Amino acid sequence: MKKTVNKKKISKQGMSDATFNTFLVVLVTIILLIELYPMIFVVSSSFSSGNAVSSGRVLLWPVEFSVKGYEMVFKNQMIWGGYANTFVYVVGGTITNLFFTVCGAYPLSRRGYCIKGFIVKFLTISMFFGGGLIATYIWVNDLGLVNTRTWMIISGAVSISHIILMRTFFQTGVPEELLESAKMDGISDIGYLFKIVLPLSKAVISVITLYCIVGKWNEFFGPMLYLRDREKYPLILITNEILVGAKFNTAEFTDQNLIEQMAAIVDTMKYALIMVSTVPMLILYPFVQKFFEKGVMVGSIKG
Amino acid sequence: MKENRKTRFKRFTKAFKREWQLHLMVLFPVVYLIIFDYIPMYGMQIAFRDFRPKTKIWGSKWVGLKWFKDFTSSPDFGLIFMNTIILSLYSLATFPIPIIFALLLNAMKGERYKKVVQTISYMPHFISTTVMVGMFLMLASPISGIYGNIFRMFGGVGYPLDFRATAAAFRHIYIWTGEWQGLGWSAIIYLASLSSVSSELHEAAQIDGASRFKRIWYVDIPSIMPTIAMKLVLACTGIIGVGFEKAFLLQSSLNLSVSEVISTYIYKKGMASFRNYSYGAAVGMFQTVINMFLMILVNTAVSKATDGEISMY
Repeated sequence: MKKTVNKKKISKQGMSDATFNTFLVVLVTIILLIELYPMIFVVSSSFSSGNAVSSGRVLLWPVEFSVKGYEMVFKNQMIWGGYANTFVYVVGGTITNLFFTVCGAYPLSRRGYCIKGFIVKFLTISMFFGGGLIATYIWVNDLGLVNTRTWMIISGAVSISHIILMRTFFQTGVPEELLESAKMDGISDIGYLFKIVLPLSKAVISVITLYCIVGKWNEFFGPMLYLRDREKYPLILITNEILVGAKFNTAEFTDQNLIEQMAAIVDTMKYALIMVSTVPMLILYPFVQKFFEKGVMVGSIKG
Repeated sequence: MKENRKTRFKRFTKAFKREWQLHLMVLFPVVYLIIFDYIPMYGMQIAFRDFRPKTKIWGSKWVGLKWFKDFTSSPDFGLIFMNTIILSLYSLATFPIPIIFALLLNAMKGERYKKVVQTISYMPHFISTTVMVGMFLMLASPISGIYGNIFRMFGGVGYPLDFRATAAAFRHIYIWTGEWQGLGWSAIIYLASLSSVSSELHEAAQIDGASRFKRIWYVDIPSIMPTIAMKLVLACTGIIGVGFEKAFLLQSSLNLSVSEVISTYIYKKGMASFRNYSYGAAVGMFQTVINMFLMILVNTAVSKATDGEISMY
């Protein structure tokens, strides 16, 4: 009886609901196209001939298919160097951050940890206060870490938001009963972490790893501020020089006309460079996607 | 009373000794923060001194609020402050867009298409700011970009106006490239919340004869209010810290009158060719203080409005 009633009521609304849905689809599709088109244009341009791109003939699909742009990118030693540096910073930085995050999150997730309150206050204060740009730079300089790869790896190793995210996950995703039974089996605190907690935390570890990788890969200001030697530049600084052409060590910036002239020759190369420096991140995401929704949920609601 | 204190202290020391492994672990981030966060805090005082590298912090002359006075009375102050605020408010105004997008997508039928749209929409998030700016500069080129190509496609002769470095376009470029990049990613959180809305609520609304649209208004939106409030608080508190990167990269000699914000000013005056560390530190402190003030203000307001339910701490 109930089912027929529902059907009747729903079919009454049926017309307006269907129209409404069409309206939704149209709107969403427009947004989709706006998001998609620039990306397609970049891909197509990167696979078009230099001439086709600079004379503005590319609209949607590649014109005069060519991989010249990519050739120029892969011939460039600076770009390879940048890639190598970025790889080192990303891997090193991610491992470092994960380590410090677990070290911070695990003790804080344990109910009744005797100095939990103090530690939380300590971390919270650091979240709002710090030396600031200048004072931190001066101190890092005094430590001899300016213009070092080490600093590129360890800067940002402690991220309070990551710690909070992981702690919340530990607290809500790992049942307290497991701890009790593990304690009865005589397991140590660290043992519990490795044998029980971490294996159950694949979701949050994936999320934080993703955040770290993307963060380090795209990190611009830190490297710009602290690095002096070109050989240590991550890919993003090299990319910036080529794409935006701004000189960031002085207060002057090259004007647009000059960039335009350079661009006439290397347009397709620039598009290829965009692809080469961004696609690794795009490929990464599908692998982590499975765990992602869960992790983000925890972080957003409770975090 | 004395017994209580004694036994509590004994219990504490017992636990403290027992939990030594946890102490060892937590020591790592703590020591790191002491070194790279708390110690530089001490260095913040150069904002009140006339810091010279030779004399270090201690030896540098104390000048009190000199730099703050210099900053607030400098002819650039009003302009820079306004630029920062305008950019932030403009950015805040686009706050509802990802929410609307999430609501639309969630209400739409067609699981596969939804997934495709969602995946494509958050892809731009992974593009670095530098690449984003570079992409924009090229796509908006009147000669070889989409901009020029479409102009000619519609029969335009010659080249359209090159607006990339103009002051008039700066704010819109800044905001809308950010929106293009962030739409899908910001929507993820709202979509995740929406998917956890109990289907019973929707069924009940349907039985009551509510159309899809009404259901969005009366079921979806209220259920993600906590998420919206939290994100709004975070957005408000970031008002004065308007991003350095994009403003810096989009700056040109033509648009400095609108593109110079506090963060770029700090960089230029404090670190770049002018290199007055103390001045930069002072302006940075100014920025931090206002940020803190705003954060407490907004958080208190939201907390009061929701009876303490939504709060950052």
